[in-house]
Amino acid sequence: MVTRAAKFSIQGLHVHYGSLCALRDLNLEIAAHELFTVIGPANSGKSTFLNSLNRLIDLEAHSRVSGGIRLDGIDIRAGLEVEALRRKVGIVFALPLPLPISIYENVVYGLRMQGVRDAKALDAAVERSLRESYLWEEVKDRLRTPAMNLSGGQQQRLCMARILAGQPDVLLFDEPTSGLDPISTARIEETLLVLKEKYTIVLVTNNVAQAARVGDRTAFFLMGEMVEVSATSTMFTTPADSRTSDYITGKFG
Amino acid sequence: MSSRLSQRIAFALLFLATLVVVLPVVVILAIIVAKGASAISWEFLFTMPRDGMSAGGILPAILGTLYLVLGAVLFAVPLGVAAAVYLVEYSGDNRFSRLVKLAIVNLAGVPSVVYGLFGLGIFVIFFRFGASILSGALTLGIMILPVIITSAREALESVPRHFRTVSLSLGASRWQTIRHSVLPHALPGILTGMILGLGRAAGETAPILFTVAAFYLPRLPQSVFDQTMALPYHLYVISTQVPGVPENVRYGTALVLLALVLLLNLAAIILRSRFRARKKW
Repeated sequence: MVTRAAKFSIQGLHVHYGSLCALRDLNLEIAAHELFTVIGPANSGKSTFLNSLNRLIDLEAHSRVSGGIRLDGIDIRAGLEVEALRRKVGIVFALPLPLPISIYENVVYGLRMQGVRDAKALDAAVERSLRESYLWEEVKDRLRTPAMNLSGGQQQRLCMARILAGQPDVLLFDEPTSGLDPISTARIEETLLVLKEKYTIVLVTNNVAQAARVGDRTAFFLMGEMVEVSATSTMFTTPADSRTSDYITGKFG
Repeated sequence: MSSRLSQRIAFALLFLATLVVVLPVVVILAIIVAKGASAISWEFLFTMPRDGMSAGGILPAILGTLYLVLGAVLFAVPLGVAAAVYLVEYSGDNRFSRLVKLAIVNLAGVPSVVYGLFGLGIFVIFFRFGASILSGALTLGIMILPVIITSAREALESVPRHFRTVSLSLGASRWQTIRHSVLPHALPGILTGMILGLGRAAGETAPILFTVAAFYLPRLPQSVFDQTMALPYHLYVISTQVPGVPENVRYGTALVLLALVLLLNLAAIILRSRFRARKKW
């Protein structure tokens, strides 16, 4: 199944919050240009897993991480500055969280922090990334207005544009449509399918049907353990573990 | 007693309490304006005192207070904000940071005359700044540090946590995050602290008594190492130490001090609402 080179390779990953074990002995490879979906009930460790990939987990008080994560063969702790890692591995959160500045400034925030000053380069990045997230036509005439004035779905696409502006390798999505209406959700899903041509995508979702719709491969997490990982079509037709079939058929969770 | 009646009585009492709170402010303002307004003139505000301070203007005292307040704020705001940023963003919650916070609370409780004595010992004598604007401004600056640190801390803590998470997730360093996504949004609260500090620094007499204030100076200060007259001390002098100063000059001086503090506050409030209008989340 996995013929392309591994983008992420995760070995023996454990994450603890104080004495609580949130993620236990995770071994996983995620291929380049794959749309990898993660499903599981609340507190199953899916968000912890996602936050480990770009080290946002370090911000949690009392978090302890052991085991190794490699991105393109490079250890994300020993081999990369954390700022460089987060530029390569962008994240879109569950709630649309634009910064309280203009649409334009939201998009170029990461670039400005990298020290990009050239106005032409910034303008070009804004247009390119807003087109990639299918927001350009709706906002091109009001780029200097506050991002907070956009609708929820537009804000979420702005958050996608914001990470795309930095030309990342990997896009992480943490239940990105949980606060959106069905139409906005459908638009985000369409966008995901287009984006996977260029990027590797890891999508954590509490919506099982969404994983079935867009995923190439799917992993099922339960209480900090990865129960099963397989091609999405396989998982949703012939799951190997009875707990997986119970969850996707809605018997719990 | 019916519930309606007891409610009326309660409301009446609450209203009365509010009235009693407002009353002193109104009365003080009314008395000072009534007795002092006649002294206010171009000459009073912009010329030197004459005839043993019983006539002429109070320009040196006005300028002196402005210099002192400006100096205190220039010293205390950067220092206080930097300390608040460290406490909120970097230090976390440990024994050291709790000790520092305790020290700041205690600093706020120190009587102003003790600051005066401290300033005399440290700045005037030990650092050999003499009785000077520098010594006075530093003493006032230390006095207003607690209020500036405390309000800056509250302002920083009220900036939503996700601003920091988002900024860091976009590859900004911790310092860039503070500089671009936290401090700008904490600015209104920081300015509030500055307003409170300004008002206190302008009005206090005790801290400047030993460190800078001059009874009378025939000329304006030439450098930060000169002594200066200041409004609160000048008011004290002409009210108690110099006989024969007309009543309207005394109340006029009080009016100017009051107006100066209100004006400084007003400027800061306008500044703050400008910032606030542009931010919403």
